[in-house]
Amino acid sequence: MQRKFILLSALFLTGCKMVVLNPSGDIANQQSNLLILATGLMLIIVIPVILMTVFFALRYRASNQNAVYTPEWHHSTRLELLIWGGPLIIIIALGLITWITTHTLDPYRPLDRIKPNQPVSADVKPLVVEVVALDWKWLFIYPDLGIATVNELAAPINVPITFKITASTVMNSFFIPALAGQIYAMPSMQTKLHAVINQQGVYEGFSANYSGAGFSKMRFKFTGMSESDFDSWVSSVKDTKEELTRENYLALEKPSIAEPVRHYSAVGVRLYDAILDRSIANNDMCMSPTVVANLQHLVTVSELTKGDSNGH
Amino acid sequence: MGTNFDLIQFLFGRLTLEAFPIHEPILIVTFMIVALGGTTVLGLITYFKGWKPFWTNWVTSIDHKKIGIMYIVLGFIMLLRGVVDALMMRAQQVLSFGDSNGFLPPHHYDQLFTVHGVIMIFFVAMPFVTGLMNYLVPLQIGARDVSFPFLNNFSFWMTASGGALVMVSLFVGEFAKTGWLAYPPLSGILASPDVGVDYWIWALQIAGVGTLLSGINLIVTIVKMRAPGMTLMKMPVFTWTALCTNVLIVAAFPVLTAVLAMLSMDRYLDTNFFTNDHGGNPMMYVNLIWIWGHPEVYILILPIFGVFSEIVATFSRKRLFGYTSMVYATVVITILSYLVWLHHFFTMGSGASVNSFFGITTMIISIPTGAKIFNWLFTMYRGRISFELPMLWTLAFMITFVIGGMTGVLLAIPAADFVLHNSLFLVAHFHNVIIGGVVFGTFAGITYWFPKAFGYKLNRFWGLCSFWLWTVGFYLAFMPLYVLGLMGVTRRVSHFEDPSLQIWLVIAAIGAGMIFLGIICFAIQIFVSYLQRESLRDVTGDPWNGRTLEWSTSSPPADYNFAFTPKVYALDAWADMKKAGYVRPRTGFNAIHMPKNTPAGFVISILSAVCGFGLIWHMWPLVVLSFVLMMSAIIFHTFNYKRDYYISAREVAETEGIRTALETDHV
Repeated sequence: MQRKFILLSALFLTGCKMVVLNPSGDIANQQSNLLILATGLMLIIVIPVILMTVFFALRYRASNQNAVYTPEWHHSTRLELLIWGGPLIIIIALGLITWITTHTLDPYRPLDRIKPNQPVSADVKPLVVEVVALDWKWLFIYPDLGIATVNELAAPINVPITFKITASTVMNSFFIPALAGQIYAMPSMQTKLHAVINQQGVYEGFSANYSGAGFSKMRFKFTGMSESDFDSWVSSVKDTKEELTRENYLALEKPSIAEPVRHYSAVGVRLYDAILDRSIANNDMCMSPTVVANLQHLVTVSELTKGDSNGH
Repeated sequence: MGTNFDLIQFLFGRLTLEAFPIHEPILIVTFMIVALGGTTVLGLITYFKGWKPFWTNWVTSIDHKKIGIMYIVLGFIMLLRGVVDALMMRAQQVLSFGDSNGFLPPHHYDQLFTVHGVIMIFFVAMPFVTGLMNYLVPLQIGARDVSFPFLNNFSFWMTASGGALVMVSLFVGEFAKTGWLAYPPLSGILASPDVGVDYWIWALQIAGVGTLLSGINLIVTIVKMRAPGMTLMKMPVFTWTALCTNVLIVAAFPVLTAVLAMLSMDRYLDTNFFTNDHGGNPMMYVNLIWIWGHPEVYILILPIFGVFSEIVATFSRKRLFGYTSMVYATVVITILSYLVWLHHFFTMGSGASVNSFFGITTMIISIPTGAKIFNWLFTMYRGRISFELPMLWTLAFMITFVIGGMTGVLLAIPAADFVLHNSLFLVAHFHNVIIGGVVFGTFAGITYWFPKAFGYKLNRFWGLCSFWLWTVGFYLAFMPLYVLGLMGVTRRVSHFEDPSLQIWLVIAAIGAGMIFLGIICFAIQIFVSYLQRESLRDVTGDPWNGRTLEWSTSSPPADYNFAFTPKVYALDAWADMKKAGYVRPRTGFNAIHMPKNTPAGFVISILSAVCGFGLIWHMWPLVVLSFVLMMSAIIFHTFNYKRDYYISAREVAETEGIRTALETDHV
């Protein structure tokens, strides 16, 4: 039955691009296998139920006087055992699968493999990306490379990526279906996601949690590149003039829709941490000269950060 | 203030002329249609001199049967609004590709999906199930009314007032643009400073009071007013599910009230429960709203399970298979529904063990639910099934619901949910269970009990049209959404780039159109049946050869339901009575003590809606005035001692005599 389902879904896949069932990253791949396995397990119950419904309805129709009719029959211990026990067994199996996969596919858990049968080697350092969901665009900071981008994300294939995720004002969800499952991006909180992309290509990324007027266009391209392509991409970003100072960040943070791709060749000191503890526009935490200089126009910085200036 | 005292602002708060959407053609046309329709209805009522009967027989009525019918009418009116919103969303998604942005800007589209969800859950599904419970529970347990008849009327009008506020937001100001559960910080004052979220808050607060009170009322009714001999395990299954649902309501709705109160304090009083700063925590809101929200979906579906249980047994002409396990399954679902709320946000970053726990508890619910499905199946087994409309809806439900159940269990696996959460797959899933369950069940219930309520059956042809349009329309509208979800399309999006998605959205739009036609056919069905009422007439009170006590009364039942309180000796009391050769008593009637109609519920509810309107627009004088009036009305009503009256034995004898005459005429 399960093979049949895979065949069926393969048929579908050729017709339309079902990225969730046919992803390009190892984590998403395992999630897709899990989906198919669980569906197959449940079909063991679901298909007979549907068939029985149709069959009983036809067989015991009032006009079929040949069928057995037992108006007072209402109990059978054996049947009761079966109808409670059958689903129970399936759920025990699914429960075990759930317990195991929830732990192995926990987004907070560092990867132990790149793809099936290929463990992460000890000397590989994961690519760290700090993700900030802004109104309504995505900011990606590469702390180890000292660069940042808006609405464009790139990573070398077969290298573990560690995403640290937060948001500026409202909740979003960081989701690249081809790469791995999603996780919420929330202001003043950090979530994490570990993933790896196995095939070169350009993939869709977006917010999967409604966040206001610009939500529909809050999309970005995620590119899986070869190691050398990635290096040249990084140096091309480094060649741009613009730097992501706190001042620039405060301008970027203002709500905007369908923001074009931007590159920054440098990133302000501890910018991500300041965004995370929402001290970016405050003077109480850090003495960075940029921030002090910016205090003057704090009130006009953004509709959405207005509340922060209270009490400081 | 002081010298610059602005009287207009003092009186009208935030309400200015700009709040009226005179620049939005869609809303202008809608307003004209509503105004035209409204004037026609009012005109017809005036023409037929209907105001007085409308006021005395309906608005002020404390008869549970009238209130039940009013709930269902309210649900139907709101269904029309909700489905038009859905059609607009479907049209927008079909049109808005690439360079085209469709015909709805985000400002409008975002209100649409919010109001669609709010209306369909709170003002369509809830009134439908509450209406069915209100109408049927007293009849099924052999009671003459609910325990607190006035409260029942008040509950209805509070629900209607909440719905009215949502409708007002269409033409005065705007509704929330936050999604139906209005997660902060998006629904906080910083991201949503306008009136939309306030409309949402006060509409739900007011309607929530109604729901909570009606929950208490029905619990007390079921616990205290069962006919002699009807022990708990002799109660009809529908009454059992109603009991469990109302227990859920009483336990869950205060959480909603509290979370809404905290959100309004954040918005009105600058507190920081759910803000990003000063120690606020939006995650707490998400937890609390789903601690109400998950039991809510069982509040909707449990009574519907009851409906199907009654229908399957009646139309299979057989006792329900596994009554006891049905009852226990219901109770288990009731309890488990409190242990699963976190599955709505596995993606919020809880640890793997927490996510696993809630994933597994969720799956466990599918066991009692599955047992119910099997019980219905084995009720059909070796039965004599007649395919009357209610049974057709039931069969469509059984097939559709297992598919929805399966996708639900998929979503309950955290690692799988990470790729499906918030996608159109999720949207397809909950429409699959809510339409395939609650809506199909409501239509099954309405066609099943309509002859009881009005004395004639519903026209079969238009019923079949409605049934097939709904079922086929449902599959066309929502199966493509499963596909789109697997293609990685998320919900609440008003614009797409990828042209390969369009075909699926076109199919979905066609399906939505068919569902709309299905609703129209249902309306035609009611109208045609009314015209053909003489040929569809049922004089027996028991047109389907039913098994429970409501079928022992006349159709429609007399005001007092039962001239003599029935005595119950077995499960399926009416089937038992018929088998024992029960003969309805023709003499020896006594006077019957009945509750008296009162306008208090209506007046208090209208005042609370006015108060809500004032709070939304910061019209403080109006708030104070309406609040004082409302409190006075409540206090005044407590001094109303003329709350009951007697139907004399002579009148009872007359009413029963008419029924006897009708029956003998037709034999």
